[in-house]
Amino acid sequence: MSQQPATLFDKVWDAHVVRKIEDGPDVFFIDRHFIHEVTSPVAFLGLENRRLQVMFPNKTFATADHNTPTINQHLPVSDPLSANQLKALETNSAKYGISHWGLGNPKNGIVHVVGPENGITLPGMTIVCGDSHTSTHGAFGAIAFGIGTSEVEMVLSSQCIMQPKPKKMLINVNGKLGKGVTPKDVVLYIIAQLTAAGATGYFIEYAGEVFREMSMEGRMTVCNMSIEMGARGGMIAPDETTFAYIKGREKAPQGEAWDKALAYWKTLKTDEGAAFDIVYDYAAVDIEPQITYGTNPGMGMGISQRIPTAAAAGGSKASYEKSLDYMGFHENDAMLGKKIDYVFIGSCTNGRIEDFRAFASIVKGRKKADHVTAWIVPGSHIVEAQIREEGIYDILTEAGFQLRQPGCSACLAMNDDKIPAGKYAVSTSNRNFEGRQGPGARTLLASPLVAAAAAVTGVVTDPRDLIA
Amino acid sequence: MAYDKFTVLTSTAVPLPIENVDTDQIIPARFLKATERKGFGDNLFRDWRYNNDDSPKQDFVLNNPIYSGKILVAGKNFGSGSSREHAAWAIYDYGFRCVVSSFFADIFKNNSLNIGILPVQVSPGFLDKIFLAVEADPKAEITVDLGNQSITIAATGESESFAINSYKKHNLMNGYDDIDYLQAMKEDIQTFAAKSIY
Ligand code: SF4
Repeated sequence: MSQQPATLFDKVWDAHVVRKIEDGPDVFFIDRHFIHEVTSPVAFLGLENRRLQVMFPNKTFATADHNTPTINQHLPVSDPLSANQLKALETNSAKYGISHWGLGNPKNGIVHVVGPENGITLPGMTIVCGDSHTSTHGAFGAIAFGIGTSEVEMVLSSQCIMQPKPKKMLINVNGKLGKGVTPKDVVLYIIAQLTAAGATGYFIEYAGEVFREMSMEGRMTVCNMSIEMGARGGMIAPDETTFAYIKGREKAPQGEAWDKALAYWKTLKTDEGAAFDIVYDYAAVDIEPQITYGTNPGMGMGISQRIPTAAAAGGSKASYEKSLDYMGFHENDAMLGKKIDYVFIGSCTNGRIEDFRAFASIVKGRKKADHVTAWIVPGSHIVEAQIREEGIYDILTEAGFQLRQPGCSACLAMNDDKIPAGKYAVSTSNRNFEGRQGPGARTLLASPLVAAAAAVTGVVTDPRDLIA
Repeated sequence: MAYDKFTVLTSTAVPLPIENVDTDQIIPARFLKATERKGFGDNLFRDWRYNNDDSPKQDFVLNNPIYSGKILVAGKNFGSGSSREHAAWAIYDYGFRCVVSSFFADIFKNNSLNIGILPVQVSPGFLDKIFLAVEADPKAEITVDLGNQSITIAATGESESFAINSYKKHNLMNGYDDIDYLQAMKEDIQTFAAKSIY
């Protein structure tokens, strides 16, 4: 019997449906569940109120990241509310037998960095976490997306959630990326084309030469920001790059289990002729280093361009004007040369070793601009150790930068790392919403190369001008 | 957490004609430090609602006493951004039971349904009609009838139907939630899990 051609997404989704409810969602089985301190406490309270147990404690992994300080992590956390949340995660994990990498643990770091780097994230899995950037794990050919706290409680108590199956979108990017154009630029470009809501209701597969040639770190950066165009998630078919990345990581399968898993993983690709609900094709040559100028990630453009007019940008004029007003920008302004105050490199979007290598490649032999405050925050302790081993630490120090300790930090400004009101920050994170990086903060999203160029010049600068 | 049943809601509405209202506006991250689901309504739209010195911003709609009610009407792409259910909690805790928009972000829509808020997606044209009706008369009432899947502007009698799957509709009308459903099928889940290679 010949099978209908299926997409990668169909293959993984359909293999996880425990029950289909007529005119309702699918009961959807979850292979891996990540939890952190902010979105889990109320779920655990719910379990207690209903007197439920955790059904499969070995499928859930806890790490503290959103609310942790990025200096002096050896000292007690000074904010009592934050300390209380961290304590709750520790207590709940211990109580229900869930593995917990808290503050000070050498495996600790941002949930979407530590999952992959420890081999917890694998192809063909379904992965959820109470954090929208769970889409990151799609880089491995997993179906991964963010959930709310009620759903965290569902996964804890039954290892399932109720999900309607999203529609399927294919995004092809072919050709070769130019000098200074990184995975972050590719995804910011796609979001600018599709808008911040353009993929709502869809699950994306990224395909084409650009993604085939991309490292796992780069693929994670791209999948991470799928949510910024409204998609539930995005995924990339696993290939030799994926398998090489996973092999030998602590929790990855080994020996016979590896061979068996590998044979399965190799079937995880979209069949010839499989149908998508919508397809977009982009050319690598059209993508230059990107920067955002507004208050949602869809308000981005090539760094050498001028801010579009409301009419050219589309959407409501009032909302557009409100946004530019918040940013202190005007239609037709050039972004190049605008003075900036802060630089943040880090987050689950760009807090991996490759990102710090890129940052250091520009910073090397230069000095931090005097008026710039830079927060350099590795995604995990493992990344931090790599930064030191590879000599990046020395390059940073010589240029006048300091390395902080791992955590979400200024990505969401829940800890003390807040950009002050009115200040401009070039940030490698994923959201430029009003107040995201601190009340009144003005965020320009960009790649680690653009962040580095701004950090040494003090103004928005095209990194291609600084690359030898 | 159990919630009140939702059947028919007739109420005045609070208009927020802004597009792309994201979850960081609905509830900024610095208010997510609680370990209990309490008091989030006080910080709903915190930075639009209050100045730095905690005095209310006069021009924000929640501070305008002529508007009130259990229905929030917002511009398109409402609830984009983070998965924080706290955003839906804040809206519920403030007293809203229904959010109307021409477009919702996925996770926000799911979270709302899971805690007993009904997200009603209407056409852009009907959304404008609601904004106009409320602007003309802040006491204009809107009726949301879940059983009939219809939304009506009382003053003009204009009405539109909205979509919701029958499973979620049944849950909302009876105050059931997904956890009850999943608990009742634990055996099937156990059997399914036994076959998993992970
Ligand atoms: S780094 Fe930012 S986006 Fe990533 S998990 Fe932390 S808060 Fe969420």
